[in-house]
Amino acid sequence: MSGNGIRIEGLRKRYGSGDTAVDALKGVDMQVAPGEVVGLIGPSGSGKSTLLKCLGAVIDPSAGRMTLGDELIYDEGWRVRDLRALRRDRIGFVFQAPYLIPFLDVTDNVALLPMLAGVPNEEARSRALELLSALDVQHRARAMPTELSGGEQQRVAIARGLVNRPPVILADEPTAPLDSERAMAVIRILNEMAQRYDTAIIVVTHDEKIIPTFKRIYHIRDGVTHEEAGAGRGVE
Amino acid sequence: MISLAGRDILHSWGKFVFTGFGLGLLIGVTLVMAGVYRGMVDDAKALLDNSGADLWVVQQDTLGPYAEPSSLNDDLYRTILALPGVAEAANVTYLTMQVRLDERDVRSMIVGIVPGPTRGAPGWPPYLVAGRQITRGHYEAVADVATGFQLGDRIGIRRNQYTVVGLTRRMVSSGGDPMVFIPLKDAQEAQFLKDNDAIWQSRRRTATNPAFDRAGVPGLLDAVLDSQSSNNFVNAVLVRLDAGAEPDAIGAAIRRWQRLTVYTRPQMEQILVGKLIATSAKQIGMFLVILAVVSAAIVAFIIYTLTMDKIREIAVLKLIGTRNRTIAAMILQQAIALGVIGFAVGKITATYAAPLFPKYVLLMPQDSVAGFLAVLAICALASLIAIRMALRVDPAAAIGG
Repeated sequence: MSGNGIRIEGLRKRYGSGDTAVDALKGVDMQVAPGEVVGLIGPSGSGKSTLLKCLGAVIDPSAGRMTLGDELIYDEGWRVRDLRALRRDRIGFVFQAPYLIPFLDVTDNVALLPMLAGVPNEEARSRALELLSALDVQHRARAMPTELSGGEQQRVAIARGLVNRPPVILADEPTAPLDSERAMAVIRILNEMAQRYDTAIIVVTHDEKIIPTFKRIYHIRDGVTHEEAGAGRGVE
Repeated sequence: MISLAGRDILHSWGKFVFTGFGLGLLIGVTLVMAGVYRGMVDDAKALLDNSGADLWVVQQDTLGPYAEPSSLNDDLYRTILALPGVAEAANVTYLTMQVRLDERDVRSMIVGIVPGPTRGAPGWPPYLVAGRQITRGHYEAVADVATGFQLGDRIGIRRNQYTVVGLTRRMVSSGGDPMVFIPLKDAQEAQFLKDNDAIWQSRRRTATNPAFDRAGVPGLLDAVLDSQSSNNFVNAVLVRLDAGAEPDAIGAAIRRWQRLTVYTRPQMEQILVGKLIATSAKQIGMFLVILAVVSAAIVAFIIYTLTMDKIREIAVLKLIGTRNRTIAAMILQQAIALGVIGFAVGKITATYAAPLFPKYVLLMPQDSVAGFLAVLAICALASLIAIRMALRVDPAAAIGG
């Protein structure tokens, strides 16, 4: 389904021009295979957020190439036409805070994405319930976001990221607001979901306790990534 | 696709209902203002309808008897009555004054009509809701129920007391003052009667004038004094025409041969609506514009605030691929919903509050429809600022950094 996961080569991003131009990314290379969960770590100002925005098709890179599954997204100034549809159908997002829509119940928060893509309501809700069951929050399906615990909200957010079966999920500090036990639970879920749905997952994190769980880690510093093998201890 | 606007409204219904209630009161005031204008126009038309006249004959070059003073000799009606096509002609006087009942007084339009054999003539109240018409030549009155007078009440007009013998309804002046009908002679006296001191002073002045005290004309002074203490003038002659008679032709004949001014029904309506209440109408129009602007500003502010509260959710929605038009539709629908709630509250408020106003408030269905459409348009326009802001939200705002 997801072909080659996500692959970027020589990705650059320059803000501004002339003397005041800032190179936030200076030729980033990265590849994440389907079913793989990798960590992306780096200090503040290293270019993590810029890379995440490029990967999430929110901003255009200045140069470089990006392939998602079998689809070319950017190639040296060229890009696919409809980034909005790309984000909706091919990229899943999990944020630091769950950012669930407060006026939709749990099921509809998850089902909203397929609905936006034109999937009939009942089918979208069926997909949502399936994922909620997989994430063990099906019993809160009719609850409103404010009625959920932090861990439950994050699981619902993961379900939302997965519901359109994207080839890649970008998780931005998904464990930041959680205690150790819940943070580990989230990482375990991400690993399970990556395996089950053959999805490439990139986890941006500062969280020391989850860094050892990754088998591969990308360090980013001054706009350049360095790949290294992680401890890969996984999650008990 | 689910309705995002509907879900948001259901989720925070209290905010919407209370805001809609406040907006509704404003819309209610707007509807009442429109109703006041309609009431003024209706009062003017009621005045013409209830007079039962086809032609108004008034002093030359005046807009009388309602918009300007007019004075005619009270025997002129006989010559008008003799014209072909004229079925009835009746003298009438109008004067607005305070009518007393015990310790209170009521602003009323006094209408002097010829009682007795001319019953049902132009100028008479066309129907009564209680009691009887005036049958005696003096000191009887028929009052509109809006005066609050009851049958048998003794009311004071100038120096005389009148017994209320009949009650009528919707007989009002163009200004909305309820009418009190009294015999013509009494009305003439009420209109022109001076107080005793003024009469005495006038007689003294006249008596010392050598022009009225000439040798060889012994009755001259008495005749002059008599003429000064009587009043033979009326404000207008109301004319009812035979079926099929042409008002314009008869009016032209009266203008030519009697040297008077004559107004037909459309002309009189134009005077009342186009001139007499024109300033009030402009005033109300200004208020309507101000209220519309205030309503728009309130809706814009509320929708803007509600949208600002959801800025993070909007960024997330955009990031996960929601179309701009879906987000714009959500905001627009919420603004429209607010308008609908406000209009419903305003319409109910105006309907129940209208009878409590001292002047007649006429809420017309077409005004409600126009008001509803205006509210929808205002809400749609007011939502544009919030929509513009929402569409400018960067989806990247959902991602940290």
